[in-house]
Amino acid sequence: MVDCVFRIGGEGGEGVISTGELMTIALARAGFEIYTFRTYPAEIKGGHANYQVRVADKLLLSQGDHVDVLMAFNEEAYQKHAKDVPKGGVIIYDSDSFSVPPSDHHILYPIPLTSLATEKIGIKLTKNIISLGVLAALFDVPFEKFAGLLKDRFKKKGDAVVQKNLQALQVGVDYVKSMQKRDSIRIGSGPRTAKELVLSGNESLALGAIAAGCRLYAGYPITPATDIMEFLAKELPKIGGYVIQTEDEISAIGCVLGASFAGTKAMTATSGPGFSLMTEMIGLAVVAEIPAVIVDVQRVGPSTGMPTKTEQGDLYLAVYGGHGNCPRIVMALNNVEDCFYGIQRAFNLAEEFQMPVIVLSDQYLGHRKATVPPPDLAKVPIISRRKPTPDELQKGYRRYKSTPDFISPMSMPGMEGGGYVAEGLEHDEVGYPAASDHENHLKLTQKRYGKFIEVEQVSNEMCRIHGDEHPEIAVIGWGSSEGVIREAVQMAKEKGISAGALHPKILYPLPLARIRDFISGTKAVIIPEVNYTGQFATLLRKRFAYDFIQLNKCVGLPFTPKEILDKIEEVAANVRTSRQPHATRV
Amino acid sequence: MAQVKEYIGKVKPDWCPGCGDFAVLNALQRALADLDIAPHNALVVSGIGCSSNLPGFINAYGFHSLHGRSLPVATGAKLCNTDLTVIATGGDGDGYGIGCGHFVHTCRRNVNMTYIVMDNQIYGLTTGQASPTTEKDVRTKTTPEGSIEVPLNPIAMAMTAGATYVARGFSGDNLHLAQMMKGAIEHKGFALVDVFSPCVTYNKQNTYPWFRERIYKLEDEKHDPSDFRLGLEKSFEWGNRIPIGLFYKTERPTYEDEESALRGGISLAKQPLERNNLASLMEDFL
Ligand SMILES: Cc1ncc(C[n+]2csc(CCOP(=O)(O)OP(=O)(O)O)c2C)c(N)n1
Ligand code: SF4
Repeated sequence: MVDCVFRIGGEGGEGVISTGELMTIALARAGFEIYTFRTYPAEIKGGHANYQVRVADKLLLSQGDHVDVLMAFNEEAYQKHAKDVPKGGVIIYDSDSFSVPPSDHHILYPIPLTSLATEKIGIKLTKNIISLGVLAALFDVPFEKFAGLLKDRFKKKGDAVVQKNLQALQVGVDYVKSMQKRDSIRIGSGPRTAKELVLSGNESLALGAIAAGCRLYAGYPITPATDIMEFLAKELPKIGGYVIQTEDEISAIGCVLGASFAGTKAMTATSGPGFSLMTEMIGLAVVAEIPAVIVDVQRVGPSTGMPTKTEQGDLYLAVYGGHGNCPRIVMALNNVEDCFYGIQRAFNLAEEFQMPVIVLSDQYLGHRKATVPPPDLAKVPIISRRKPTPDELQKGYRRYKSTPDFISPMSMPGMEGGGYVAEGLEHDEVGYPAASDHENHLKLTQKRYGKFIEVEQVSNEMCRIHGDEHPEIAVIGWGSSEGVIREAVQMAKEKGISAGALHPKILYPLPLARIRDFISGTKAVIIPEVNYTGQFATLLRKRFAYDFIQLNKCVGLPFTPKEILDKIEEVAANVRTSRQPHATRV
Repeated sequence: MAQVKEYIGKVKPDWCPGCGDFAVLNALQRALADLDIAPHNALVVSGIGCSSNLPGFINAYGFHSLHGRSLPVATGAKLCNTDLTVIATGGDGDGYGIGCGHFVHTCRRNVNMTYIVMDNQIYGLTTGQASPTTEKDVRTKTTPEGSIEVPLNPIAMAMTAGATYVARGFSGDNLHLAQMMKGAIEHKGFALVDVFSPCVTYNKQNTYPWFRERIYKLEDEKHDPSDFRLGLEKSFEWGNRIPIGLFYKTERPTYEDEESALRGGISLAKQPLERNNLASLMEDFL
């Protein structure tokens, strides 16, 4: 069985990330499942960067709890990460850069990466490629996977560059032949033979948006959402859509509403600061009933916060941001594959219910890569908004006509007889301003909230349960923590604890029926969140008189399975001894 | 040719009697009729303000958006439905104050649409505060001792930001105004028509008689609108003589011309959704 975590650390801007990415793709091509995790500095050059890839011959749910192999390009990387390598783990390091005193704790491989690069190849930065050669040879990853990948990657730069890289790879391989292997890690080839895509969460989301029919993307650059825009700028024109880079986020969402009003599926993606700017427009989309998809790849706030670190801190803003009575749908994405399908569901919900759908991702999910089976388009059929019938267009079209399901037919400019004004003012059924009609305001507010009856059904259907369906110790999480929670629940069950996790996809409106059913009969419910105050727990407490136990982490990093397992075990022990459960911060 | 009455909306304008915006509405209806643009192919997008209520009074598609945000919405609609005639309207506070960022960038993009600003040099809807075009020393509710800021110059701003048709009209001269609008709508590119549209209720300084004493038409002085420097010079003329008319007009490829996905094809909004092409995009990620 293969389940191994590699971590590469070094100076930001010196190729740590690209080395990690090459390693990842080579492992995926070798037939393994991969799960990457990356933290990087806010600076472009300098600062500490690291890239981690977990590789296994089974479905991977999290980045793991420890590191099996550390590749340290500099001393800082060693200092920072050696503690995550348990006894008996492997540390490979650039012995030209620093030295490590011999120890029994770790298996050390000092390798003069820098001098090999300068002396054998003549280019210092090829130490990255040499290190890949070292990893390939030492852990028996098929050499041809690396060689093929380098050829693919560098062929645009010409044959000379390809040859230099292949040479560097060989230098690493040869060096390993001269040393003695003292660890027992062997990767080899994985069980999967069918090709899989290697995508980041952001790439998967962008691809999903195209599959959903999104043909206009409007956005303003912001980490960690920018690569969605960059991806679409490259890919959308190939199929007849395009990207507009606007002057700010208000303009971005304005363009999205204009485009959607005019009949095109459109999207914007941003992070907290930009999302804050969009709240007024979200209200407009609600009152004018315009389908819109807004992605927030969350990062640490408030304000500029920690731009390259992860947090689940924008849930309040997503649910409550804006003034007035402002129903919108809030969804959270769970994993890389789900980014592809989840965003399609978001478009469908926006179209079906003619309201804004806010999709929460985060830095952890957006920037990590995973192997994903080639997408199946049949899984999520495209839904488009309800259009007026010819009869409705002829006989005095009413844009906001009251209907049993609260959804009115939406015309599109160019349709004869369908003219109306999309109104930010409160309006009547036709769309005429009714800013002083008190009764009408109640009626139209009821119409807009009425759509929630149906959305809540969908919300109930879009939950997943892992582990026991009616556990003693329950966990309810959201967004990108799903895999970690699922892994923790599995571990708890292996230890004989009755544990189970519910993971809703739509957070607002809440899947009340499913949650009610899930928590009835449990002894304790843990709500893990990567934020300080427990925003989701607060939403739950509003609807359930239940003593939810919070588990909060607020250091700009995602949970590890062990952190959640520890809490489950602690709560299980407390329940057994009838002690009061209590909240924890990790 | 279409009749003006085809463009009259069902809602009656709620402007104060004498408000300059009536003339703007009439001129726009006249221009649309003269150009024979079917009401269902016209879209009027506005922000918030007295002037921004205009889309409600015209028989066409409309979008009454947010204060200052008409241009982004209009841009999104136009780019996805290039067959539409898109006209954005609003006030000076809307376009040159809160929406100023969008204004300069929309000029720069040269999207093929028309922007009509009812410039009354005051905030009308909020009942009389200073606006970005309020003249220095003018007293308003928020400048009881007279404004200490200098007004901005929308004509010069539009020209330097890259608008390709820059004109000014006056609500006291409806035929000339309709002419400016027709020129703007026919022009291929981003066209600004800044209109002296007096607020009879809150601006006691820049009134109809005040303008009548001062304005003259650039056309009458044989101004050459292809001359950028001259147009810019004219835009700074203020005081005893104030020009209206076409300051500047040039040809430059529009955003739609430059964007490969839009070039020559059918409007995005009218294209059937193709999903089969997705496979080709995935090859990069295997
Ligand atoms: C974000 C926001 N801020 C403030 C307002 C209040 N407001 C409405 S209209 C307006 C100014 C109107 O002036 P102008 O745009 O020049 O139009 P006019 O009424 O003079 O035609 C203001 C400040 C608002 N609606 N939205
Ligand atoms: S307040 Fe001024 S701008 Fe508003 S309608 Fe009255 S006259 Fe026109």
